[in-house]
Amino acid sequence: MTGPLNIFDKPNSYIGRSVSRPEAQRLIEGRGQYVDDLQLPRMVHAAFARSPYAHAKIININKSEAEKLPGVVAIFDGADFVDHVSPYVGTLTHLQGLRSPPQMPLAIDTARWQGEPVVMVVAQSRAIAEDACALIDIEFEPLEAVCDAETALELDSPVIHDEYENNRAWERIVDSGNVDDAFARDDVTVVERTFNFARHTGVTLEPRASVVEFNPSENALTYHYSGQAPHMMQAILSKILNLHEENIRVIAKDVGGSFGIKIHLYGDELATAAAAKILKRPVKFVADRNESFVSDIHARDHRVKGRIAVAQSGEIAALEIDDLTGIGPYSMYPRSSGIECNQVLNLTGAPYAIENYRAKGTIVFQNKNMMCQYRAVGHPIAMAVADGLLESAAHEINMDVVEIRRKNLFRDNNYPVTTAAGMKLDDLSHQKALEKLVSFMDYDGLRKDQVGAREQGVYRGIGFVSMVEVTNPSPMFYGIGGAPISAQDGATVRLDAAGALHVSSSITEQGQGTNTIIAQIAAGVFGVDMDRVKVTTGDTATTPYGGGTWASRGAGIGGEAVLLASNALKEQVLEVAGVILQSSAENLDIEHGLVVDSENRTERISLGDLGKIVYYRGNELPSDVTPELIATRHFRVTDIPFVFTNGAMAAHVEVDIETGLVKVLDFWAVEDCGRVINPKLVDEQIRGGVVQGIGGAFYEECIYSDDGQLQNASMADYLVPMAAEMPDIHIAHIETPTKTSVLGAKGAGEAGTGGAPAALMNAVNDALRPLNTSIYQMPMTPQRILKAQGTV
Amino acid sequence: MGQTENITLTVNDEQVTESVPVRLNLVDFLRNNLGLTGSHVGCEHGVCGACTLEVDGVMVRGCLMLAVQADGSSITTIEGLGENQRAADLQDAFKRNNSLQCGYCTPGMMASALEYVETIRNPDRDAIREHLSGNYCRCTGYQSIVDAVLEVVEERAKR
Repeated sequence: MTGPLNIFDKPNSYIGRSVSRPEAQRLIEGRGQYVDDLQLPRMVHAAFARSPYAHAKIININKSEAEKLPGVVAIFDGADFVDHVSPYVGTLTHLQGLRSPPQMPLAIDTARWQGEPVVMVVAQSRAIAEDACALIDIEFEPLEAVCDAETALELDSPVIHDEYENNRAWERIVDSGNVDDAFARDDVTVVERTFNFARHTGVTLEPRASVVEFNPSENALTYHYSGQAPHMMQAILSKILNLHEENIRVIAKDVGGSFGIKIHLYGDELATAAAAKILKRPVKFVADRNESFVSDIHARDHRVKGRIAVAQSGEIAALEIDDLTGIGPYSMYPRSSGIECNQVLNLTGAPYAIENYRAKGTIVFQNKNMMCQYRAVGHPIAMAVADGLLESAAHEINMDVVEIRRKNLFRDNNYPVTTAAGMKLDDLSHQKALEKLVSFMDYDGLRKDQVGAREQGVYRGIGFVSMVEVTNPSPMFYGIGGAPISAQDGATVRLDAAGALHVSSSITEQGQGTNTIIAQIAAGVFGVDMDRVKVTTGDTATTPYGGGTWASRGAGIGGEAVLLASNALKEQVLEVAGVILQSSAENLDIEHGLVVDSENRTERISLGDLGKIVYYRGNELPSDVTPELIATRHFRVTDIPFVFTNGAMAAHVEVDIETGLVKVLDFWAVEDCGRVINPKLVDEQIRGGVVQGIGGAFYEECIYSDDGQLQNASMADYLVPMAAEMPDIHIAHIETPTKTSVLGAKGAGEAGTGGAPAALMNAVNDALRPLNTSIYQMPMTPQRILKAQGTV
Repeated sequence: MGQTENITLTVNDEQVTESVPVRLNLVDFLRNNLGLTGSHVGCEHGVCGACTLEVDGVMVRGCLMLAVQADGSSITTIEGLGENQRAADLQDAFKRNNSLQCGYCTPGMMASALEYVETIRNPDRDAIREHLSGNYCRCTGYQSIVDAVLEVVEERAKR
């Protein structure tokens, strides 16, 4: 890579500074623009009648009473969309063998999960649409539901899809080195555990929401979208609704949380778009909270059997896992539901130098809501399994849990390396991160406190995780598998006549501070004050083509495109300035909105004056000088599939052995996400991520009955972390920039969620150790902790 | 839509008279009838706190109150707080501490935080956390919100 060497330390650089988010004031004053805030002329509202059964034949749908209700505009069942919507299949070719039947927006003939949309009502108001849903008489014939992933492949299990011989969706095996020989060695200690991870979901505070407009005179569709990937939505709506891509505009303004939930194609949202096209008027659909729980994608729900062999020296001789997961009745479109299991296989043990590794992943269909990618896909499972086994093994051989990591973590001076599962790692700092964590948290002091507490009958525990996070994915993540998902991002930067900078970027904002870091990079690299940078994101009509914000890729990929475009624009401006000032571009620089002499930093011409000459008084320029003052650059990661980050985290907990309640006393995270563009925003990403990890570890679970009924589909029954239970979270950084870009930034959005559950589980087990009991099931509810102790 | 009733109330210092269905929630009335979309709807059963707003000086859940129940009352929404300067220091503290990400919980969170700094005023992190536990935030992890509220409590105590 080439690039200016001084952008990080020049006087007007914003990179590395904790700048406040400019849009915060607007949101604080209640002037956000979320999808449900939109009111359009002639807009009508959608509601859905959903299947009350996990698995049922649809015998008859009687709409006649509902149709009579004043205010009802249209009622659609699954068959009504057949001529308007092309079926879609949620598979990726690089997940070889993954299968899933075609899907349609509403169930046709058979409903396959409780909550699957069956009939759509469009009415003058949401309230009328809901009244009409209650008047629709759907006759179901309940079928036996396949709910337990463990029994879904048994020969006597009902089969969910007639076209398949069983309920298997995918299977993958990784086999590296010689696992059997390593486990058979007589100098190793073998530890075997079974881990269970419950289903949970993202609970975005703003539910999924769509407003779709259709203009028949131009055959053009506008999709007001609460989500992360506008160009992906444009491409898939084009394909499924048979419209030219250029006639589809996807706009995402403020998004009230997403976390991976709003990056998939949902049947109810597709039906909303199809209805808008059929009715030729705007249609709004906003999921209510119950609909969110039964139809927003779920995640996790893995059962992993794992075993580890360690030598007396602490060296990991071998690691083997067997992962089983149920994904619901279909693989979600377009990202597929195979990725989480795939990540578990790829990432388990990835921080450690392990030669002998075997992993089997099995994915089955089941009659529950669909599972797909939610924040930190696969990471919490992979990290908890590897580090749970490792800490157990450390105790078996009487080695400290930090010491065993020192022995096995990849050395900081030895990159690039390839893990046992074939992941290429570079520019990481596991050892340094661990040492920093140990001193940051005062590990020795905590161990002393632990001994003292135990003498008082107080059970405190300390747990660790050393982790990697997949960030900045290359086309090897989705594009290679045939999904219309861009791995590259673009940025256009232009100078206006007043000397201000306009940046449009294909990455998107859901509150992380995307727009802020775009402005920081552009202002710093180009040389204007940040308040003279206007950023546009979230609109396919006005931004370059790109992937959006997911997989912790916004800063690393989109940010690099902004850097490259800003740099290109700067070269253009200096060239024009050179002509105007009869100087050479090399002798000029830009600082605080002024073209300055690069040596003595004195002002030569302001950007406003330069802009006015170029745009208004071009006659003052030689005729062969034709300035553009606009530059577009794109960036994608090449050479490696993912830019991994690393982190080391620790949890300090206190378990009340009488009630099973766990208090998280403290949490520490040392993160290496490469170059930090805005320390405050990165810290807050990690904190928020850790708290979602605490949710998964202790609270969050979609509880299903044996016949596939979601039993806690309300905010009152599904627990999420609340302010009172959360600890303060301490964060430190190591900055090892990635060599794949000039900016050197890696992703930071998912590390907390990916790592925290492992550290928390290890801490709880450390606290429980004097009782000779342990727990490997999440969430670690009071009941389960008491059960592990045998007291209930 | 069934039966309707006429209601007259004061919203952000403006008098409003409207005919509303008796089943209409207060928050839906504010959002859809008056266009005050700053109050957000997160759960519609009084748990998440996104619709928290002030009715006659008391912070309430806009989704658990009917519009007809607000007849004769005086309401301040987040839009009103944005203009009357009552929460200006709190807003600044939220910005400084990055106490919001997606912003969806923020109007309700601001209302509960304002209630704390005006009426409880205890400069104690645990007490602040306890008070804010009726407002869910999925983005921040709460720490930066606690930081902001504590800063304002301490600043106001010095005045």
